[in-house]
Amino acid sequence: MKTFSYVRATDVATAVGAIASEPNAKFIGGGTNLVDLMRERVESPDTVVDISALPLTEVEELPGGGVRVGALTRNSHLAAHPLIRARYPVLSQAILTGASAQLRNMATVGGNLLQRTRCPYFYDDTAACNKREPGAGCDAIGGFTRGHAVLGASEACIATHPSDMCVALAALDATVEVRSVRGTRRVPVDGFHLLPGATPHIETVMAADELVTAVELPASPLAANSRYRKVRDRASYAFALVSVAAALEVTGGAVAGVRLALGGVAAKPWRAREAERVLLGAPATEESFRRAAEAELAPAAAQPHNAFKIELARRTITATLRRLLTDGSAA
Amino acid sequence: MTQTEVRTPPLRETTGSAVGAPIDRVDGTAKTTGAARFAAEHPYPDLAHAALAHSSVARGRITAIDTAAAAAVPGVLTVITHLNAPAMKPPPKISPFNLVSLATGTSVNYLNTDEVHWNGQPVAVVVAETRDAALHAASLVEVAYQRLEAVVDFAAEEGNAEPQKSNALQSGGARKGDARAALAAAPVSVDLRFSTPQHNHNALEPHATTAAWDGDRLTVHEATQGIAWTRGQLALRFGVPERNIRVLSPYVGGGFGGKGMVWAGTVLAVLAARVAGRPVRLELTREGVYRTVGGRTPSTQRVALGARADGRLTALVHTSVARVGRVGGGGEQITSQSRHLYDAENILLQQNLVTLDLLPNTMMRAPGEAIGTFALESAVDELAYKLGLDPIELRMRNEPTVNPLDGKRFAHRMLREAYELGAERFGWPERTPAPGSMRDGRWLVGMGVASAYHPSWQLAANVTVRLSADGGVLVRCAFQEMGMGSATVVAQIAADALGVPVAAVRVEYGDSLLPGGPAAGGSAQTASIAASLLPAAEKLKRSVLALARRSPESPLRGTRASGVLARDGGLYPADGRGAGESYPAILARAGRDSVEARVGSDTRVGAMVSQARTVGKVLNDRRRWVKAACGAHFCEVRVDPDTGEVRVTRWVGAFDVGRVINAKTAASQLRGGIVMGIGMALSEETLVDPRTGRVMNPSLAEYHVPVHADIPPIEVHYLDEPDPTMPLGLIGVGEVGITGVAAAVANAVHHATGRRVRDLPITLDKLL
Amino acid sequence: MISVRMRVNGSEVSVALEPQVSLLDLLRGRLGLTGTKRGCDQGACGACTVLADGERINSCLALAVQYEGRDITTIEGLARDGEAHPLQTAFVRNDGLQCGYCTSGQICSAVGMLAEHGAGAPSAVTEHLCSAAALTDAEIRERMSGNLCRCGAYNGIVGAIQEVVGKEAVR
Repeated sequence: MKTFSYVRATDVATAVGAIASEPNAKFIGGGTNLVDLMRERVESPDTVVDISALPLTEVEELPGGGVRVGALTRNSHLAAHPLIRARYPVLSQAILTGASAQLRNMATVGGNLLQRTRCPYFYDDTAACNKREPGAGCDAIGGFTRGHAVLGASEACIATHPSDMCVALAALDATVEVRSVRGTRRVPVDGFHLLPGATPHIETVMAADELVTAVELPASPLAANSRYRKVRDRASYAFALVSVAAALEVTGGAVAGVRLALGGVAAKPWRAREAERVLLGAPATEESFRRAAEAELAPAAAQPHNAFKIELARRTITATLRRLLTDGSAA
Repeated sequence: MTQTEVRTPPLRETTGSAVGAPIDRVDGTAKTTGAARFAAEHPYPDLAHAALAHSSVARGRITAIDTAAAAAVPGVLTVITHLNAPAMKPPPKISPFNLVSLATGTSVNYLNTDEVHWNGQPVAVVVAETRDAALHAASLVEVAYQRLEAVVDFAAEEGNAEPQKSNALQSGGARKGDARAALAAAPVSVDLRFSTPQHNHNALEPHATTAAWDGDRLTVHEATQGIAWTRGQLALRFGVPERNIRVLSPYVGGGFGGKGMVWAGTVLAVLAARVAGRPVRLELTREGVYRTVGGRTPSTQRVALGARADGRLTALVHTSVARVGRVGGGGEQITSQSRHLYDAENILLQQNLVTLDLLPNTMMRAPGEAIGTFALESAVDELAYKLGLDPIELRMRNEPTVNPLDGKRFAHRMLREAYELGAERFGWPERTPAPGSMRDGRWLVGMGVASAYHPSWQLAANVTVRLSADGGVLVRCAFQEMGMGSATVVAQIAADALGVPVAAVRVEYGDSLLPGGPAAGGSAQTASIAASLLPAAEKLKRSVLALARRSPESPLRGTRASGVLARDGGLYPADGRGAGESYPAILARAGRDSVEARVGSDTRVGAMVSQARTVGKVLNDRRRWVKAACGAHFCEVRVDPDTGEVRVTRWVGAFDVGRVINAKTAASQLRGGIVMGIGMALSEETLVDPRTGRVMNPSLAEYHVPVHADIPPIEVHYLDEPDPTMPLGLIGVGEVGITGVAAAVANAVHHATGRRVRDLPITLDKLL
Repeated sequence: MISVRMRVNGSEVSVALEPQVSLLDLLRGRLGLTGTKRGCDQGACGACTVLADGERINSCLALAVQYEGRDITTIEGLARDGEAHPLQTAFVRNDGLQCGYCTSGQICSAVGMLAEHGAGAPSAVTEHLCSAAALTDAEIRERMSGNLCRCGAYNGIVGAIQEVVGKEAVR
């Protein structure tokens, strides 16, 4: 990979100061995505600001029962944290299905939020890609599209977001805290990632000089009864074809609360609000689950190789809710 | 620098029982401590690093090449392109009568031409002080092309396939009777189409070469399955005598056929070392392996079977279409097993080829049979269901006593026994035949069987065996060890042949200075070495006996060679009467440090003789009988009824592989084949973009080989009956394991779900 | 060039490096510790697995400069007082290897995995996240899935790990 200037930041203020003052600079945390993309020539920063020593690794309980997670908490530490396992089992499971143990030991929460797509045409610099080079075109369209989006895609881009963790965060209504020299702001995770539209190279609402400092999980009794289900091409260590994060509360046979989000189907973790709307108050039955899944996938549009994802998503939603109903939480 | 030297750890008290013992592999310690050095791990002072720049078009001519940006990267020593590369001789044309030519990966004379023949062909080599700098600089080489029309879409070209020509080693087709007519007249029949995608070997060690010139002498540390072929090819390409080249390859991080040929990286590392005037290492990136080393051909296949109501086959038709590159590759024997597995009255086999502007295909673990058995053994299962017969019963009703095609004898054939053993160990009788009839909770359970079949081969091997005054034995042969356990089994064979403990045997291999060994291919290596090692040991025994007989004091002085037995570290009367002598005693009295025997010669004439011997042996064997390993796979799958995910949950394989030399390492080889077969069944596929001919998943993240979680416990059973026509009765085990695996999985998936998936891999979308 | 100090297999190492040099390249190149292997250079195979402060990581995706002050253990550093690590001998006994190229990574990964499990970390196949998972074959397979073995020695690897787990339990 190309060489670059290296700055080691020891506090948040220095880090955001450094990124603001250096043109074409990038933060590096665990490095699992950025180093790969630099080697593949997709990313080529002139300056890399190392934030791995910043004191952002605390997982702490908030007054009222929520949890605040420092952005540099390693994925493995977060998944194994007793608070997360007990209160947000869907998040533990989602992280544990992602990547490998080695990568989870390196990858940070902030980095996971900012993972870039695994679209092969994004990775191959001989292919046209609007994400890599705005206006270049999209060679994925008309190419191999088995892994691509069925929801929210555009004519400019059909890539998916690869994270599992983010799918759980979307279902949990998490908030992302970001900081820059201009100050701190908080963004709901559902509004954090962007659909491609005509600008697929803009993937989140973050400005180039902003740093993710924390993720906050709101208190939610519902979240304790939750699960993550990932469907992929081998039993482990593969990206999702479709994944479902679900939390369910049933009272008197009816759905009293539900949270649903999908992975592998869109350029962002897909909060399934339409399905939630259909389910709320409906009888907690297989038929309701299926109906909700169908409602959510109604606007789905397939590419030549990925029509199966629409049916797979319906089935996986249904199966995950059924499992929550019959077996309860993963906690 | 030394050759690999290996001493086996466990000292056995008795001799003569090493063959068959499941001893630990002799290089296990080196490999579990990090001590084993692979091709990219040999230090040289002043070592430079090379990296390749690849073409981005499938066919064309280079019209301009700008290396300025690359050359400006700090640490870059030189950028070599077709404009400044020294001339090399073109690769030899492939011919069965020149074995070295069989290692020609492609016919392209890299960097000696402006022509581009596939998307990914190397168009420049950067040499730099570090690998990082070389790789980065290679990415900055700017190439302009005049694009020429390229034919790269296998599916679209299938109709243009032409019959594969037969040659001395392989036939493109065969027929017996009138299979078409018999098929039309058969009361019960199936006529099915199958497809398999391209596969890539994905040995964990990417191809690597460390090359050092000293004048016109060359040392190459190479990840190869064919030391002698590599040396021969490099001698031809660089115009130096073979004796000037030393190829070392004591450890190879997996090959599976991918390291059998000489590919661009090897030649270009040697070229770069010559240009840079320094030792050069070229470690291919994982992507570089995909771009420059061929894979298994994709195929489409038709299998049609006609049967009487009782299941006896009247017609077997198996045809295939595969692809080669315009610049190399060869037909794979996709219909090979269909010549031998079923006693059909009429048989029609034909392999066809299309020629594409893609990187040529190459051999990959059981080339031909790995995918041919998928189609044949899936079709047999379908026929069994149509007939209402148990699939094993259908096979047994059609089990031949002689080769179905021509009535030749089988050297060895215990498929019936393999099914009996496997069925019992697997619990086949508990299976209920109706699809979808077995469940475990929500999971659909399926069980399937399929036959494994792989021909056995033998190549030439030169071997020396030396007995030292301390009773130690040294076996020397330039064979390859890439995980098969070769050194271990060679030590075991030598130990028994000379009546010494395994711990007394040292084996040197992986170095072209040693007597010429066989390439590791065709599951032939162990048998090939044994065929020379055993007579060499016999010669050695006779020499030692002759020494003893010369001495009046030796208790062996009146003894004939036929009357002595090598045991307990010496020679003793075979009838047990009278005294014998230990090797150290015999050598000490004779005043000898060592005694050596050799089989085969490495002179030019010797090499020609050995080559003629090999081809002669293959042809002679072909004339006389059919030799093969076979087996029965039993597979259990669970299928998620919601998502179509398939998990293989149990596996039993029962194999007829002749005498097993080391039950532990042989089982690992067979399991390895099964694991690769499970990958082929469920997830492996190289994606070649039909618009550009470019491999779009050149990575281990996107090409899904099986991971730990995909693989259940795999039981391996042997019949362990020697094949009387093979040395020690052994049959190679490297490839038979993968054959039939994908069919067993597909048949189990059908049993679980009622769905027939005839297009590999069986991904979940095909089951929704 | 950036100065970096770290401990590697118990020894202090102090080097000046360009920032793009990976921990893998530092180990294999500068330090000559070639037991750690390069299989893909993109975190997709696990051959480069080493332990950083006892946790397993992919050294190919680790920039060496980021490991300032850390304690790195490679396959060459697993032996204690000249005695091979129990996993090293168990791998040989159980034939948990063939070509040997993934082996260093498998063994380092298994060391890290046993520590994670010992600390109570769950896996993706753990039935109940809040209760301790027994180290079944299924748990081992899932936890080891970041280490590919193309020779297919998976059964032997699981066997080797179980053998060591069994012995620890007896002790």
